[in-house]
Amino acid sequence: MKLLTHNILTSKCLKGVTVGYPLGIVCHTQAKEVKVNEVEFNPEFISRMIQKVDWPALCKAAENLGHSDDLPPAVVDDYENNEEFLKKAHHFLMEIEVINGDLICPETGRKFPVTDGIPNMLANEDEV
Amino acid sequence: MVKLMKRKELEQHLQELDGFSKPKILLEQYETRAHIAACMLHTIESAYGDLCGKTVLDLGCGCSVLGVGSVLLGASYVLGVDIDEEALKISTSNINQFELNEVDLLHTDVKILPLLLRGTQKFDTVVMNPPFGTKHNKGLDSLFLEIGLQCLSDKGVLYSLHKSSTRDYFHRKAPSWKVEARVLAELRYDLPATYKFHNKTSVDIEVDFWRFEKKN
Ligand SMILES: C[S@@+](CC[C@H](N)C(=O)[O-])C[C@H]1O[C@@H](n2cnc3c(N)ncnc32)[C@H](O)[C@@H]1O
Repeated sequence: MKLLTHNILTSKCLKGVTVGYPLGIVCHTQAKEVKVNEVEFNPEFISRMIQKVDWPALCKAAENLGHSDDLPPAVVDDYENNEEFLKKAHHFLMEIEVINGDLICPETGRKFPVTDGIPNMLANEDEV
Repeated sequence: MVKLMKRKELEQHLQELDGFSKPKILLEQYETRAHIAACMLHTIESAYGDLCGKTVLDLGCGCSVLGVGSVLLGASYVLGVDIDEEALKISTSNINQFELNEVDLLHTDVKILPLLLRGTQKFDTVVMNPPFGTKHNKGLDSLFLEIGLQCLSDKGVLYSLHKSSTRDYFHRKAPSWKVEARVLAELRYDLPATYKFHNKTSVDIEVDFWRFEKKN
């Protein structure tokens, strides 16, 4: 699961949950829980994503993974022309991948497991 | 801009993908054949430019034929969603076989998908070959379509396959869904022998390739 995908997901499907965002991320303690892939950098695409992404949620996700060191805390002005910033955004949104762990509903604490990179967001009938 | 891959070449690549190993009849698991998938995706990109540089939702992705093909034609990000864990495992191996890093997978029921997506972050393009909604799943084809439309951004476009017998119904529904609906092609689709829902080894059914564009 990329952090771009994490940035999209909410737990609003659960009964009683009003915002359900952002989901916490907890990684299991073994190694290999987070992977970094190489993805081709497309500045126009990343600029377009930055307009849609919830930046604070991305920062929090990076922090949950202990990777926040070089992610700027806010979107910089004129980011379209700031290649260094776009490359960082690209790295965090597209290249960091959560392999095994849990996504956690911020309101109920309900865990959604991530296994082999795939989040399981099925909910039982009595939960929705 | 990169040159668009030829349709024939795309088809050859898609032929290398694994299909369902044990198709589940209740989930209507039959993969889109490489030939049809290549025709669909090539048209989507060559005629409308709706894949290259786009975010794509592959709804009911199965083994991710449509998702992988989308990336081969330049999609920047694909999210494949399916309810079936085994299908998703096959997807993972297909995606790895092509060494693609643009596809993410999500294990869930499409029925709750609109609630799982944050409001502002919708998709540019949806591609799907939904269950035809036969027998046990009456209306599932239409439900997939409505859900796909809810996951689209304001100017988004959805491409889908539906039985030709439902053509009038979708044309009638289009205005209330605020979409411009067009049948791009009529196909003969052979439901394969693996899909033993029918007694014969395979049956040809008539299927429409649709384009639904959001009107705002
Ligand atoms: C006809 S197959 C198409 C698979 C793939 N998109 C392709 O083109 O080869 C339909 C897919 O929808 C999935 N499916 C059926 N019901 C679903 C549901 N309620 N939520 C998510 N996926 C579902 C099935 O598991 C199956 O993979």
